Amino acid sequence: MKYFGLIWAGLWRKKARTIFTMLSIVVAFLLFGLLQGINQGFNQAVQNLNLDRLYVSAKSDMTDGLPIAYLERIKAVPGVRAVSYWSYFGGYYQNSNNALPAFATDAEQLFKVYREIKVNPEYIEAMQRTRTGALVSDQLAKQYGWKVGDRIPVGTSIWTNKEGSNTWYFDIVGTFDLSAFGAGFPSFYLNHAYFKEAAAFGDGVVHYYLVGLDKPTLATQVSKQIDTMFENSSYETRTQTESALFQMQMKQIGDINFIANAIVGAVLFTLLFLTANTMMQSVRERTSELAVLKTLGFSDTKVLALVLVEALLLCVFAAAMGLFLASLVFPALKPIFGDFKMPLVVVGFGAGMALVLALVSGLPPAWRARQLNIVDALAGR
Amino acid sequence: MAALVTLRNVKKSYVRGKQKVEVLHGVDLEVEAGEFTALMGPSGSGKTTMLNLMAGLDQPTSGEVIVGTDRIDKLSRSALTDWRARNIGFIFQFYNLLPVLTAEANVEVPLLLTTLSRSQRRQRVQTALQLVGLADRAKHKPNELSGGQQQRVAIARAIVSDPTLLVCDEPTGDLDRENAEEIMNLLKALNRSQGKTIVMVTHDPRAAEYATRELHLDKGRLSREEVRHVA
Repeated sequence: MKYFGLIWAGLWRKKARTIFTMLSIVVAFLLFGLLQGINQGFNQAVQNLNLDRLYVSAKSDMTDGLPIAYLERIKAVPGVRAVSYWSYFGGYYQNSNNALPAFATDAEQLFKVYREIKVNPEYIEAMQRTRTGALVSDQLAKQYGWKVGDRIPVGTSIWTNKEGSNTWYFDIVGTFDLSAFGAGFPSFYLNHAYFKEAAAFGDGVVHYYLVGLDKPTLATQVSKQIDTMFENSSYETRTQTESALFQMQMKQIGDINFIANAIVGAVLFTLLFLTANTMMQSVRERTSELAVLKTLGFSDTKVLALVLVEALLLCVFAAAMGLFLASLVFPALKPIFGDFKMPLVVVGFGAGMALVLALVSGLPPAWRARQLNIVDALAGR
Repeated sequence: MAALVTLRNVKKSYVRGKQKVEVLHGVDLEVEAGEFTALMGPSGSGKTTMLNLMAGLDQPTSGEVIVGTDRIDKLSRSALTDWRARNIGFIFQFYNLLPVLTAEANVEVPLLLTTLSRSQRRQRVQTALQLVGLADRAKHKPNELSGGQQQRVAIARAIVSDPTLLVCDEPTGDLDRENAEEIMNLLKALNRSQGKTIVMVTHDPRAAEYATRELHLDKGRLSREEVRHVA
């Protein structure tokens, strides 16, 4: 601790250079924290997905849909606890920029499949009583200022109703808490029965059957049974677990893990050279000062440690700043990932990376300082 | 009086490129405790090399170097480092202060290697700065001080750990006449009133006049000695 003043003063010998180096480390670790955090967020989201839920869609393509008649047959499969379904409605509010993740469903059964969604049972009853009813997430209601009792117009470019209009009217009958899920999760539900009756075409086609299981261990067995049941029919099915479906959707965006690692790797590799160069330059400029320290009785090891600790201070402090800033950004990503904080594993990995960066960039100049010959250095040789 | 520094048949040679350069050719010398010795001679005569050997900064090619009771030519590199911290105070031509530290922090540097507490270190630093007349410049950094003041800070740093021997390499070489006289008077006072043993390399005959003994080196050999009684 008594050497701290000496190390600190050495670190700020060239203020501008130290600040710029520090800023580059801060930015690099901010990027590292965000990308690795998002990457971990996806992984965490996959892990958090329920293994006791299955999604059944048309084998050929999800958009082809499945007949509503499959409902009772799926329900009858042993191990199935509850079944609901989604028909993609799409839609927008006021203008096409305000897209709504709207789905036609059987709300009562839906909340039995998704038991982690918090909803007032009175709202479910209201939904069953009101053919044109709609249940919306708290967040969506807040976003558009909707209240229970409001009648809202929803435009759609897909579904024309039997009146020949592309604008449908729904009555908000309740809200639900969707904080356990991310932004992509459907947050506007309308009655499937009404949708089937009022749509000019489609006959209430179902895009996904949502199957709740008695226990997660039944997932493989039930999936197989459902797909076998509809094999060789006009509408063959593909049954997937929630995590398999999520991962498949993610792959359509790209290999996030690879992209995140590639960017972070490139940034840290560049940073390594930058920091090593700064430290090397700093030590080279201080050759005579380090020789003086050795003259006064600082051992080779102490001089090595002084330089190394200086590199550690620079890297660890700046990295901590970068990770801290990244953690501040995370709440802003809540709409995408749901309730999500920077994973501790990212902080730990970041601290490890900062240590490695400090050691790799600090060791060559520290070793050079250790090997310094006093007589030659004082003579300027 | 007993010899504080003894050099016996000390030889030193360096290899520069493919050439071996003999710098000292079997020097014998004794410096008594309390002496103020000036080492003079032309450039390349081996003055600084001899000073470096006495201060434990370098090792002789052959011969014995004894300071106090320690045979320092036999010490390992790390033992020599510890020994220097305990026994030697250094004063350089270009002061060699650490530019990022204040005067008091510079003076404190040798004390960081001791077991003294922070308050004890501060006390010692204050005393050393008072002794060189710079207590009021304690918070100033080297670039805020004149050359003479910087050399006085360097002297404070050299004496703060109460070393056995003070070695000075051209301490007035970078100073004007007035500042040089001030520094020499300060060294003289340290020698006369504090009893510090000083070995000083200098080219300046006027600086050498402050010493009690003047040794001349020529081509790696002691050529002449003058002992004077200075008031």
